[in-house]
Amino acid sequence: MSEFLIKNGYVFDPSQGIKGDKKDIAIKDGKVVENVSSGATIIDAKGKSVMAGALEVHAHVAGPKVNVGRWYRPEDKLFHSYKKGASTRIEGGFSIPTTFKTGYEYARMGYTFAMEAAMPPLYSRHVHEEIHDTPIIDEAALPVIGNNWFMMEYIKNNEIENNAAYISWLLRQTKGYGIKIVNPGGTEAWAWGMNCLTIHDPVPYFDITPAEIVTGLINTNEYLGLPHSVHIHQNSLGLPGNYTVTLDTLKLAEGHTAKNKFGRKQVMHSTHLQFHSYGGDNWGNFESKAREVMDYVNKQKNITVDTGNVTLDETTTMTADGPFEHHLTELNHLKWANVDVELETAAGVVPYIYSPDIKVCGIQWAIGLELALFAKDPMRCFITTDHPNAGPFTRYPRIVKWLMSQKAREEQIDAFKYSDKVVGATEIANIDRELTLYEIAAMTRAGPAACLGLAQNYGGLKPGMNADIAIYDMNEETKNPEQIEKAYGNVAYLFKDGKICVRDGVVVDHGMKHTFWVDVKVKDNKQVMHDIREKFLKYYSVNEGNYVVPDSYAPHQHVIALDATQ
Amino acid sequence: MSKVIPDVTCPFCGTLCDDLEVTVSDDNKKIILVKNACAIGAEKFNHTKEPGRVIRPRMRQPDGTFKDISYEEAIDFTANMLVKSRKTLMYGWASTSCQAMSIGHEIAEKVGGVVDNCATVCHGSSLIAIQDVGIPSCTLGEIKNRADRVLFWGCNPAHAHPRHMSRYSIFPRGFFTVKGHKGRKIYCVDCRHTDTARVADTFIQVKQGYDYELLNAFRTAARGGPLPDEIGGVPKEKIYEVVEDLKTGRFGVIFFGMGLTHTLGRNHNIDIAISFTRDMNEFTKFSIIAMRGHWNVTGSGQVLSWQYGFPYAVDLSRLNKARYQTGETTSVDLLTRNEVEACFYIASDPGAHFPIEAMRSSSKKPTVTIDPHINCTTEISDVHIPVAMVGVETGGCAYRMDNVPIETRKVVDPPDGLLTDEEVLTRILARVNELLGAA
Repeated sequence: MSEFLIKNGYVFDPSQGIKGDKKDIAIKDGKVVENVSSGATIIDAKGKSVMAGALEVHAHVAGPKVNVGRWYRPEDKLFHSYKKGASTRIEGGFSIPTTFKTGYEYARMGYTFAMEAAMPPLYSRHVHEEIHDTPIIDEAALPVIGNNWFMMEYIKNNEIENNAAYISWLLRQTKGYGIKIVNPGGTEAWAWGMNCLTIHDPVPYFDITPAEIVTGLINTNEYLGLPHSVHIHQNSLGLPGNYTVTLDTLKLAEGHTAKNKFGRKQVMHSTHLQFHSYGGDNWGNFESKAREVMDYVNKQKNITVDTGNVTLDETTTMTADGPFEHHLTELNHLKWANVDVELETAAGVVPYIYSPDIKVCGIQWAIGLELALFAKDPMRCFITTDHPNAGPFTRYPRIVKWLMSQKAREEQIDAFKYSDKVVGATEIANIDRELTLYEIAAMTRAGPAACLGLAQNYGGLKPGMNADIAIYDMNEETKNPEQIEKAYGNVAYLFKDGKICVRDGVVVDHGMKHTFWVDVKVKDNKQVMHDIREKFLKYYSVNEGNYVVPDSYAPHQHVIALDATQ
Repeated sequence: MSKVIPDVTCPFCGTLCDDLEVTVSDDNKKIILVKNACAIGAEKFNHTKEPGRVIRPRMRQPDGTFKDISYEEAIDFTANMLVKSRKTLMYGWASTSCQAMSIGHEIAEKVGGVVDNCATVCHGSSLIAIQDVGIPSCTLGEIKNRADRVLFWGCNPAHAHPRHMSRYSIFPRGFFTVKGHKGRKIYCVDCRHTDTARVADTFIQVKQGYDYELLNAFRTAARGGPLPDEIGGVPKEKIYEVVEDLKTGRFGVIFFGMGLTHTLGRNHNIDIAISFTRDMNEFTKFSIIAMRGHWNVTGSGQVLSWQYGFPYAVDLSRLNKARYQTGETTSVDLLTRNEVEACFYIASDPGAHFPIEAMRSSSKKPTVTIDPHINCTTEISDVHIPVAMVGVETGGCAYRMDNVPIETRKVVDPPDGLLTDEEVLTRILARVNELLGAA
């Protein structure tokens, strides 16, 4: 394979503590190396910033509900239209781009990995078919387990070992990466049209509470030693006053310690925190509680979070939180799609318009930014839009702009119809912090890589690490907010596995994407295998033998093998 | 000697039963026994044994007869036809695998095809309605485990989806439905007393063409509004009674079929059926599911959607962007308006199902059909390329009517020398690339 030498760039790599030093980066055989031969292709990065490829920690980019969003919203294709490039496939869609466009857009922003945040196990073949058709970027998917019948029964009976054996089996069947929890208990309740709004509301029939589910799954996760922690979308998402539920859930992590060989320190990743940091008790006195939530996160070291920034766009919300989507459609009266999935989960889809002319949307925008700006440790707070729920991931450059420039934030505040009310309900106008490129690199590279247990090979530029590298045409001196947004959205170069895939914002190569999944070995467990057989015979609508994702769906697999038998 | 292959998926209807057991001869050549399938499904497997099966591509001669040609010749003819035509209708896809569709779409992107599937004359109106009002739905296993109110509207699974009632909707005992059939109230709304109506607890005979009015009355009744004495031939007392009973259920579901999608009102019928379902969610839990016909028509919609963002009638003739407009990019309209220059049919039989005007237009254009069987469409084609039967002689992914993907299996070898859809399409794509490179 070819050799490259990236010269004269400002390197930002939190995994080594490199804060914008001028440093050469050498690439050989798809890896970062100490040095290369004189025949290496020289890339001049003078005046530019060099970072590892970014890792998306939470986005809905592949699978059944994403695809419902695509096809039931033909209008979404009208908002944005790319003309096809010479070597690329046709692209389409704005808030829920097609698979081809998804891969290209991530690559154009310097991303090389994306985590599909919610894979209904029964639909895992669909998720993998879409991942297969998403070019360039590596991907993994988290099966949703927080309302799974097996899990609820095992945890209710305090059978962590059985639960672990079941989850090990499930990860293997679905080629999944870890444990995703969405509205624990609430989504099962939704199958009867109900919900669990606090962590102590009992789940109908199963007689277990969300708190017990979360604690049980943290224990299971650490029993198995998975690379990622439990990844939780909490109860009561999107409701005024929900920050108390958020704090209650975060407190469940207290006293737990991460047990794994990947260097992961957190036991809980709390996702799209913006939707969970609301004060007030109605939309009239709705206000930010980002300060209260982040104060807790800052001092509680075994938690990581991502922001879920509202980008002020027309978008398409989609979540396994079925009851929330029903609540949302009652609120905005836009078209509602719902799918309840037998024994496992549910999902809903509703379009949503985050208008700068609506007070609540402005406050939501502010909360997302406050979370990142209040974060003391950028290695534990990551930038997301919960794509496409708070906005499409293609808006990351704009979020980076807002985080790096107080001026850009002020401009946006001034552009709100109800600026005074937004300022009154938040602290955004008083924050003068401007994030540095080093902090951005921590929030988008080193941090997510550590959180996902991938820090050994990804998210940094240490020799030996995978040569996923983004070069941006900006540096610490770049003060013009618009230039920050433009540069972050169009990489000068993107290397994926040591190969140039994007040059000057144009996709030139499809690279070779990998599907990551976790194969964890547990002791033979006859009880669990019997339970699985029984549930498939009696309650599932597909046969056990047809549940597995065949290998051909993921031609290039990156299997993380683990042994939890000890 | 023989062997039994378990967990076989049936490639016939959208029910996509995956519990078939097929006994085949030791040399993988012959199907000996098909267990668990319905009569139609079993026949699909047994088809492979039919004498007189076409196993070599055929080309129409000036005198109207067919002459056997090689796969090379057939593929070359097809690729040339596609490259020459500025806009080709590429219709069908409902009876092949998602993997094959994906290759077909790549061809369409290269040559400027319009990719359309059977939804265009089937559940297309449902898809339009969903684009207008969404759809609250669930998987079929949810019905089995929870549903105590089941409403069949304008569909007749007793004939069209024979195992639907026993696997999912009427008879099975599930987790919360331990009494099975006895615990469920079954309603059937139709303009005829069908065989499905015979197993329903209550049959409601609607006057032909009055489905919209009746659904509208259901919505009104659900909200406690006033009704005239009779709507679509149904007395108002009956409507109040049925809706009241649906409201008191724990979990209700509506299954609907062609009786709603292709009678007066079309997408508006589905629109109001969905809106009724939405309304019912204020009182209890309610879902609605389209009874998709072909075993993988749903899959075609899925693949088109993740690749281009539209579920059917995807016009790629601009070569750099995808367009979709029902009535404009839909097959029947393209054909009747003479807007395509060639026709490429795969895994479907428009000749048997399209309006005569559309097929008359089609028959005047260069046409290639890829299908395991001789059918109405092959008879108006210039070239017929026979292929292995997907789900019997080769595997691949398919999507059930509730969008659950299930892998179909290969149970026997195809006749010697017969290629699969995937192989034929891959070779056409390669030849198209050669021709475009040379052009």
